[in-house]
Amino acid sequence: MSHSMTFSQAINDALSTAMHIDKNVICYGLGTPDPKGIFGTSLGLQEKFGPERVFDMPCSENGMTGIAIGASLNGIRPVMTHQRLDFFLLAMDQLINNAANWKYMFGGNGGSVPITIRLIIGRGWGQGPTHSQSLHSWFAHVPGLKVVSPTTAKDAKGLLLSSIFDDDPVLFLEHRWLHNHTEEVPEGDFRLPLGKASLLREGSDLSVVSMSYMTVEAIHAIDYLHKECNVNCDLIDLRSINPIDWKTIVDSVRKTGRLLVLDTGWETLSVAGEIIARCATECFDSFKCPPVRMALQDCPTPTSCALTKNYYKEAADVGQAIAKMLNIEISLEPLKQLRGINHDVPGDWFKGPF
Amino acid sequence: MTVDKKTALELYSKMLLIRFCEESIAARYHSEKKMRCPTHLSTGQEAVPAAAGQALRSDDFVVSTHRSHGHYLGKGGDLNRMIAEIHGKKSGCSRGWGGSMHLIDRSVGFVGSTAIVAGTIPVGVGLGLSIKLKKTDQVSCVFLGDAATEEGVFYESVNFAVVKQLPVLFICENNLYSVYSHLKVRQPEGRSIASMVQGMGCSAVSGNGNDVAESYEKISTAVASIRNGNGPVFLEFATYRWREHCGPDFDNHIGYRSEEEFKEWKKKDPVEAFENKLLLDNVIDKSMIDELKSMTQALVDNAFELADRDEFPDFYDNSVFKEVIR
Repeated sequence: MSHSMTFSQAINDALSTAMHIDKNVICYGLGTPDPKGIFGTSLGLQEKFGPERVFDMPCSENGMTGIAIGASLNGIRPVMTHQRLDFFLLAMDQLINNAANWKYMFGGNGGSVPITIRLIIGRGWGQGPTHSQSLHSWFAHVPGLKVVSPTTAKDAKGLLLSSIFDDDPVLFLEHRWLHNHTEEVPEGDFRLPLGKASLLREGSDLSVVSMSYMTVEAIHAIDYLHKECNVNCDLIDLRSINPIDWKTIVDSVRKTGRLLVLDTGWETLSVAGEIIARCATECFDSFKCPPVRMALQDCPTPTSCALTKNYYKEAADVGQAIAKMLNIEISLEPLKQLRGINHDVPGDWFKGPF
Repeated sequence: MTVDKKTALELYSKMLLIRFCEESIAARYHSEKKMRCPTHLSTGQEAVPAAAGQALRSDDFVVSTHRSHGHYLGKGGDLNRMIAEIHGKKSGCSRGWGGSMHLIDRSVGFVGSTAIVAGTIPVGVGLGLSIKLKKTDQVSCVFLGDAATEEGVFYESVNFAVVKQLPVLFICENNLYSVYSHLKVRQPEGRSIASMVQGMGCSAVSGNGNDVAESYEKISTAVASIRNGNGPVFLEFATYRWREHCGPDFDNHIGYRSEEEFKEWKKKDPVEAFENKLLLDNVIDKSMIDELKSMTQALVDNAFELADRDEFPDFYDNSVFKEVIR
């Protein structure tokens, strides 16, 4: 059985399912039980599972991360949520010094740290420099952490359940612009394995590797190019940023010989750069043209909607990059018109304020 | 005598073990060059770790700091495995992966020590949260130094422990120095750490950390109160480390503290003071002391011998971590 639901309902469903299955799962974060329930993702949980297991927290990101670690060492599986990733930067000490290292530094005798930290990434609507940073490459750099970043509602549920029941610390990144994505989501204990990418489009001309919200823009671009000039691309949605599903990526590049990587973060030292480096070392001879990474320009996020227009990448930018790599001429104007709304919102459903 | 005879002997034995262990590390560190990691010795600070280990149950949790040998041994952590760990050997309590600053013995509730100031404070509070959720009557004990009370995460953790009335015992050993920096350049003079924590709504008591009987009584009272569901307690104990912040040497000559100050504290040697008290109270006689001392030293020497004979771990034998290591 499955039900049509939004990404945020799928998150809520995953949390509820996890808490039903295992009484050791707890949820907390600023605003978790508040009337808005973190964009709907935690609505009703406190009513269902009680204030001992679902609770609000002090503005103490670092302390509360360490508290999750400590509780997890005695069998609790905490899920902590931050309404914006940027607040979680206060917790790098506990995340990296303790959570990431714990299993290794005690030679396995310290047990593992089964915590899940949900981080929401903002975009547009004036989120600006401190409400929209996409720092998955930081987290993915550190051995001992897993980094998950779903694009679709179904993946959100399946991967969140797997993250909660994984024995290592998992950073679960939710792009705010995906919260309204709707699809059929299986009911009950539906899990997807961590570390497996998903092939959303199949083709032999070019490989697009993408993540999180950029996958949505990529779908529009790839479908448009297919319709207009019969270009066929592989579209690989990473889903997991650490570990990365290298086999799926390398196999695709061996097939197509062309690689475009889309990244929601900054360009320099990005995950996109790492993917290109890995493909260069593993299948250099397959490349028919230089690989391209498309990420954010290396500058803090501007606030004004006039400035973000040139900061973020859209379907037309993706289409243009693909066309250039394949050496084809195509008008991208219809792709630009496709959105039909201002560039700084994901759709009519988004009314702000954050 | 305010503690019973059996307890007094336990406290004395624990202090001796810590003292002899630390002094043996100091004596062998430079000459053997086999303990190839930073070591923060607890010599001079044996009373509080011994008292806490005695007052807590084996299933109570302890987390600790960079200066954790005493806390580990006091709680009943395996001596041989600690010495092996400091030697980076396979039979070490962290299988040789952790070193002196990352000790663990879950079989006696020693959940871990790490080396970032205040780093394990929230971990101990999280253990307290887990106890509350699992509805057991355990206590989670967090060891910290005076400098840890300057870290933001200390306030975050105490605050949460108070908000949720968690079964957490904070034990602050105030030894006046953070590396070479005296308390007075780090915290306002005249403000006591315990009173400040009291102001956060946490029950707080201070005491003489070089008096093992007093420490034991204060810790026992706190543990009983916490076990009865009365929420967290913070204890501040005044004490002094004899040797340098990190390493086996004395460093009174380098200029950050005076030989006179050290000598004043050395007069308050917690091991010697308690030994004299036990003699005076006829709990123990000179021959028993000698026997206990030679027995303890033999245990420590044996631990060094075992560590020396043990193998080093293999970097590539990391099957436990295969999912973590890329």
